[in-house]
Amino acid sequence: MEKIIFYILALIIIVFAIASVTSKKMLRSVIYLLFVLCGIAGIYFLIDYNFLAAIQLTVYAGGIIVLIIFSVVLVHHIDLELELAKTSKQLLVGLACLIGLGVFLTTIYSHPFNVVENSITTTTEDIGLGLLSYETGGFILPFEVISVLLLASMIGAIVIAKGKKLDESQKSEVESIEKK
Amino acid sequence: MIAGISIYEILTVTSILFFIGVYGFITRKNLISILMSVELILNSTVINFVVINKYLYPDMLQGVYFSIFIIAVAAAETALAVSIIINLYRQIASVEVKDTEIMKY
Repeated sequence: MEKIIFYILALIIIVFAIASVTSKKMLRSVIYLLFVLCGIAGIYFLIDYNFLAAIQLTVYAGGIIVLIIFSVVLVHHIDLELELAKTSKQLLVGLACLIGLGVFLTTIYSHPFNVVENSITTTTEDIGLGLLSYETGGFILPFEVISVLLLASMIGAIVIAKGKKLDESQKSEVESIEKK
Repeated sequence: MIAGISIYEILTVTSILFFIGVYGFITRKNLISILMSVELILNSTVINFVVINKYLYPDMLQGVYFSIFIIAVAAAETALAVSIIINLYRQIASVEVKDTEIMKY
């Protein structure tokens, strides 16, 4: 049963990821990305990391996708067609990616992983205690640093997005460049 | 761990996802699409961390902590990138890569 669910999830992830990077419509490609992220959350549920799946759904599917949709709607017309790369370039990049994938897969399949059979369930309590422990192997310092980083990036985002409009001399400069 | 699924199959899926992200990163010509491809790449690496933690070292949680940190950094990065894109759109009225040759403020 779990096997079938995993294969369905893998199929969803790969098909929608390909659709997301090749779709010509901007908003549709964002929605395909949302499906990919939900499929990944499903994989986290399958391997019993419920907390991580919840983070994936709230932060990615809830936060980042909404932010990207927001910027798409703010910047584009809703049915804007994207400009695609040249066919020769697409083929070349696709070929390079396939070669890279081949290298990855041969490396992975030739490496003997010594898998430990287990069915340990991780509770949120374990994760929280590990994040807040200050003994050897604890993660209290990175935890604090990441909170400062989030605060700094939030302030930076506000400052950058507020911005200021170009004055006349800069505007004419930009226009002269666009004419070229 | 998932009954009946070996670690090789999951790593295959994440490798494919990674290279789909790389493909999108190179072929797309729009800043927001490039940002989405970066999200795909980051997600595939997060699955790798989690799966290797679960299959090889099930009594430890380091992979989970690292994936939480990666998700936090990705959220910060997306917020900053979206604000830069919006600011750029206000200045040059475009988010195409070919129009952003001047980054002077």
